[in-house]
Amino acid sequence: MPRPGFVLDVDRSTPPTLFWRGEGFSLERLPADRSRIIYPPEPLAGLDNLDGHIRDALLNPLDMDPLPELLKPDMKLTICFDDASLSLPKMQQPDNRQRIVEAVLDMAAEAGVDDVHIIAALGLHRRMHEYELRHVLGDRIVDAFLPKGFLYQHDAEDPDNITEIGHTDEGEVLEINKRAAESDLVVYANINQVAMDGGWKSLTTGLASYRCLSEHHNPASLQNTRSLMDRHHSALHKSIWRMGELLRDSGPTVFQVETTINTEAFPSPFEFLAKREWEWTARDRGLFLASSKSLNKLPNRTKRKLFHKIEAPYRTTSVQAGFTATVHERTLENVYQQHLVEVDGQTDILTMGIPFISPYNPESIMNPILVMCMGLGYLFNMYRGKPLVKEGGVVIMTHPTYEEFHPVHHPSYIDFFDEVLADTNDPAVMSTKWEKKYAEDEWYRHLYRTSYAYHGVHPFYAWYWGAHGQQHAGKVIIVGGYAATVRKLGFTPASTMNDALEIASDTVGRSPTISHLHVPGVLVADVK
Amino acid sequence: MKALQIRRNIARFGAARVVGAVSPSGATKVGPLEYRTIEDPERPGDGWHRVRTRLAGICGSDLSLIGGRASTYFESWVSFPFVPGHEVVGELVDGDEAGTRVVLEPVLGHAARDFPLPFDGARPADGDDYAHLAVTSQDGVEPAIQTGFCCSTGGGWAPWFWAHESQLHRLNLPINDLPDERAVLIEPFAGGIHAALLAAPIVEGRANPVVAVLGAGTMGLAAIAGLRRYIPDIRIVVGARYPHQRELALAFGADVVVTATELDRAVRREVGCHMLGGGESGALSSGADVTIDAVGSSRSIADSLRITRPRGRVVLLGMPAHVELDLTGLWHREIDLKGAYTYGTETLSDGTVTDTFHLAIDTVTAVEAERLLSATYSLDEHLDAIDHAATAGRRGAIKIAFDLRESN
Repeated sequence: MPRPGFVLDVDRSTPPTLFWRGEGFSLERLPADRSRIIYPPEPLAGLDNLDGHIRDALLNPLDMDPLPELLKPDMKLTICFDDASLSLPKMQQPDNRQRIVEAVLDMAAEAGVDDVHIIAALGLHRRMHEYELRHVLGDRIVDAFLPKGFLYQHDAEDPDNITEIGHTDEGEVLEINKRAAESDLVVYANINQVAMDGGWKSLTTGLASYRCLSEHHNPASLQNTRSLMDRHHSALHKSIWRMGELLRDSGPTVFQVETTINTEAFPSPFEFLAKREWEWTARDRGLFLASSKSLNKLPNRTKRKLFHKIEAPYRTTSVQAGFTATVHERTLENVYQQHLVEVDGQTDILTMGIPFISPYNPESIMNPILVMCMGLGYLFNMYRGKPLVKEGGVVIMTHPTYEEFHPVHHPSYIDFFDEVLADTNDPAVMSTKWEKKYAEDEWYRHLYRTSYAYHGVHPFYAWYWGAHGQQHAGKVIIVGGYAATVRKLGFTPASTMNDALEIASDTVGRSPTISHLHVPGVLVADVK
Repeated sequence: MKALQIRRNIARFGAARVVGAVSPSGATKVGPLEYRTIEDPERPGDGWHRVRTRLAGICGSDLSLIGGRASTYFESWVSFPFVPGHEVVGELVDGDEAGTRVVLEPVLGHAARDFPLPFDGARPADGDDYAHLAVTSQDGVEPAIQTGFCCSTGGGWAPWFWAHESQLHRLNLPINDLPDERAVLIEPFAGGIHAALLAAPIVEGRANPVVAVLGAGTMGLAAIAGLRRYIPDIRIVVGARYPHQRELALAFGADVVVTATELDRAVRREVGCHMLGGGESGALSSGADVTIDAVGSSRSIADSLRITRPRGRVVLLGMPAHVELDLTGLWHREIDLKGAYTYGTETLSDGTVTDTFHLAIDTVTAVEAERLLSATYSLDEHLDAIDHAATAGRRGAIKIAFDLRESN
């Protein structure tokens, strides 16, 4: 029986705590008697016979007819799937999306459906490399569909293949991929790693245009998203749900398939990362020392290669299919079961280690903007109720924050860093002054459509993702980061955790209370 | 008198070249520059004035020569032994005008060599035949492109030298209004402004023209100031290596200032074109209408060619010497590669005909150019002075000069 998450009050006997530092990690000792470490629940047990569960979900969907009854020989069927931003790290093969798509294709074949398109729901993310498609969908699907042009990636900048569905009651435009819009049935294959994902968000962002996404991917929405992991208190999700209702009423029939996975993210020899430190064995300690020392000697490029090679031995904890809204409520229950940890009250400081990966750098570099996005966007938002840190408190992250960018994946990030951050780090100001220029830049558009680049506007979205955290925190400190880069982000550099706590004392006094969000492991703090 | 002098000594030039690759000050010690007692140069003839040096700047071309890196091209255009120093503010010594401050326009032009002027009112560097620079004049002035490379006239790195009437700009303003520290920058500013004016025909009539400047030492900054003052309605994008250079570039009128390695992206952002090779090569599909290369290295010229639009212009302001270049881009983009050596008669966009030194005198005052003068040294401190000038960028400096006011 996996143990639930819990909150450890740090005392003098507490061993040092693990912090990610990009492509490495460190052990930090937090002050006794006023620090607490929030540990995620242990991984839930996975489903046996996952293919059977998937088939069962397709045959017994929620609030919809069984999938075979929706499949007709002369119909247009479109199957969409989450892109390479999920899961993190990538899951060992066969990926859940492969299992779902294969099951759907089997049923479609039985029903005599021969007009089938499979679309990667990229939104404004970079296109997937073929090897990524093969990893996610398996060789059989890729070999059957890719050469014939029936497996492809959504292009948000192809005006001929975008269809306007209509406007929500609040005037938000919904426009999605034309093939999906004109299909008799759209099946969406999802992996749900955190509560933010899935539901109407899958299709209304993954198949949307920039015009549509900008309705909710903006500073005002993100500053009123409290939090990204709690859709009922998220302005972003409320907008998306309005679009979902419009899609339900005016768009194609959508059959949503969602799977939840546990938190077994690291195989050997990195499994110690998810353990509680006082339970480390001598072997774990040896592995920590050996891996940290070896990593310190390796160039960044090699370290990245090594970490991005990791394939997570996740187990799937639930499968649900059917009407999107109903499916997603069931999904959220299952996700929260894995992630929720009850936490009593807020503290003056929140500490977090920033890992080597975020949803926007699979097989790529965690550039400075993504460090901000991961810290203030994702990890800060790992709460329900209220943030772990008090308003005006201090967020301390650990990351090298090197000024390195992947020129192919993140071309507009480079310019955003050089040009936009040189001018402002205020999301509202950059949105008004700079966003349009980047969104409409022909070169970025060309690279997004034909190469493997994130859309020109994407660094803005990554920055907006942290807008709530940026607004809430009185100060943000990065330990171990390149000072000039950290300052350009608008944060304060510190050499060590002790220095960071000293710097933080200007904001929160000499004896602040501290919460440490233990990563790896994924958790959502249910702050009472 | 005691002066800094360069003599023809192949061994010393070679030693300077070898040692200079490691240490600029080392190159000065073993190189051709010597602080020694020299014979006073004889007055070349009528129309020549003795000028007492007040301040004399150290230029990039001086450093190339001292470091043994100058091109052999100059073999026929210099006469040894010579006293360097062509960025000079001094004062007339003899006659009724004794004490009058002057700035030197150093080119030893037609008038200084008794050659007919190429046209009425021509300045020393005008004309399309440099024969007069390569021959000994009737007055016995030996070949040299300019004062500071001529054995007959002396140069600014000495207590005094000879200057022809055609080379002198009298400073009629009181010293408080045009201090020496500002005046010593008039010559390099004239060079920079001349390069800036070479952008005019290319940007004329273009919508949203962009001029890029690579390098923001003295010459780059002078070019930026010239662009801002004399080429209307352009966007100036500057790539500069050091923070203090970037601050000055902004102060002198640049619109966008970035580190040198970011210049390609900054130009792309201004122009809105593509960057080829998925963003990894840095070559642009279009680019700046004009790029002024104020560095003059293989790398900077190659970079300039990559960021200049087809049928645009690259102006070589920094003296290039030996470079190794792939010129395919120049050929393919039909780029005009334009040298910018000195100054002369200029026609502004409003049709005004003037000369570059007058523009430079106005400009140094407008931008308070004395802020570029970072340090001065006496002649006997020349090792430190040359070292400082050679490492100016990383030491937070711009222009280094010799100050002979006390010793004179």
